[in-house]
Amino acid sequence: MYVAVKGGEVAIDAAHAWLAEARRGDTALPELSTAQIEQQMTLAVDRVMAEGSCYDRGLAALALKQARGDSIEAAFLLRAYRTTLTRFGHAAPLDTAAMGITRRISATYKDLPGGQVLGPTFDYTHRLLDFALVAEGMAPADVPERAADEAAIPRVSELLAREGLMQREAAAEAEPSDLTREPLTFPADRSARLQNLARGDEGFLLGLGYSTQRGYGNAHPFVGEIRQGGVMVEFTPPELGFAIEIGEIDVTECQMVNQFHGSLTEPPQFTRGYGLVFGSGERKSMAMALVDRALRAQELGEDITAPAQSAEFVLYHSDNVEATGFVEHLKLPHYVDFQSELENIRAMRASVTKAAE
Amino acid sequence: MPDQLPAGLDAAETAKRRHWMGLLARAKGEAIVSLLVDLELPAYRRIRGPETGLVMLRGRAGGDGAAFNLGEMTTTRCTIRTAEGQVGHAYVAGRDQRQAEHAALLDALLQDPDWHAAIMTAVIVPLDHAEKACIALRARRAAATRVDFLAMATMR
Repeated sequence: MYVAVKGGEVAIDAAHAWLAEARRGDTALPELSTAQIEQQMTLAVDRVMAEGSCYDRGLAALALKQARGDSIEAAFLLRAYRTTLTRFGHAAPLDTAAMGITRRISATYKDLPGGQVLGPTFDYTHRLLDFALVAEGMAPADVPERAADEAAIPRVSELLAREGLMQREAAAEAEPSDLTREPLTFPADRSARLQNLARGDEGFLLGLGYSTQRGYGNAHPFVGEIRQGGVMVEFTPPELGFAIEIGEIDVTECQMVNQFHGSLTEPPQFTRGYGLVFGSGERKSMAMALVDRALRAQELGEDITAPAQSAEFVLYHSDNVEATGFVEHLKLPHYVDFQSELENIRAMRASVTKAAE
Repeated sequence: MPDQLPAGLDAAETAKRRHWMGLLARAKGEAIVSLLVDLELPAYRRIRGPETGLVMLRGRAGGDGAAFNLGEMTTTRCTIRTAEGQVGHAYVAGRDQRQAEHAALLDALLQDPDWHAAIMTAVIVPLDHAEKACIALRARRAAATRVDFLAMATMR
């Protein structure tokens, strides 16, 4: 328990003034604009949008600037801002099969329709610091181009499903859970889990996903497919009565393919873990897909033995805005609480000393 | 696009309107402004907005399963009425209120036979060309990073 205390206004004002100065840094250097952050720190912006659960590059860039680059603080700012806006409604589910592809890879098939498209990836870079970037004003080299074929790029999961080797997803048209409207309850259905994971902390999900690979959850995943690119957002305004496209957003989708030994009702086949995140959050989408599959243990009749398979453990601790709120509240004055603990300890020590005499 | 349109809507006309509303939403606000400089636009009145709010975006489990809520997106909407009485609507991703207002006005004018052809030529066709060029560039750049496994095949 903590109690409200008065005082300290002058100290707080001084602290905030210093914070503003620390944020600005050396004034001999030009100030960073939010447009520069938006354009040149794109993956940081993507992460803030994903964990702030609000797609708006400009707002995420502003949040990063205000937060001095702290992505969790920035996600917190974005979450707080969204509560000031009214909701016009919900869009139709994004059609990721119709994505304007910038990257598409599969680790399960070498040759597949649409091919392996690397896109602007860090993969195959040598991870050596590039000191050429220290020098400013270097124009990037021309980006190569090649004639593109217009053929659609089918999903890898669909190729397997057509053969009957991949479990099909239940295409229920039920209204999904919405964690921004109703609190999380258990058992949490898949829609609540996926929403929670989509806005969950990348580091937390990465660690959990890693744990499933290392034996805590018995997963044998393959990247069936990762695709990145632009998808249309379709919304039906009530005053129009038909769907219109209101924008195109960038997303990353990951389909993890996992072995499933079968059950009384289902033959042995592959099952999916699914990840979908705003922007180019490839690592997050992969971690999300691993954890989504681990959390399907119960519905697939698998033993629940590992942390990543426990819905309560995962879903209650994945949200970094909630987590940081509860951890950081320990900084608030707990003077009265601690006073009683002090008295307790002193009394216990006194009785121990007395007994020893 | 829902299979069934509300009564009274013509499918072909609706498809055209969907096309221009989509283009006006996806374009950059400044791109629309630069196409409007030589046009003398008529008087109009704002009926609603421009106002910024949120639209909840959704995905599907496994890409093709049941829907789930992915996260929200800022969206700006506007409704205007021209002096002639034509109403125009706009819903535009982001927070550019001027873009939403322009898009609503252009939606009204595009439904007005006296204005339709002029706005198509001055605004919609150039936006369409610019967008197609961007999409084609993205596809050509992606194609250049497509892996050819020729070396692997000849090693066997």
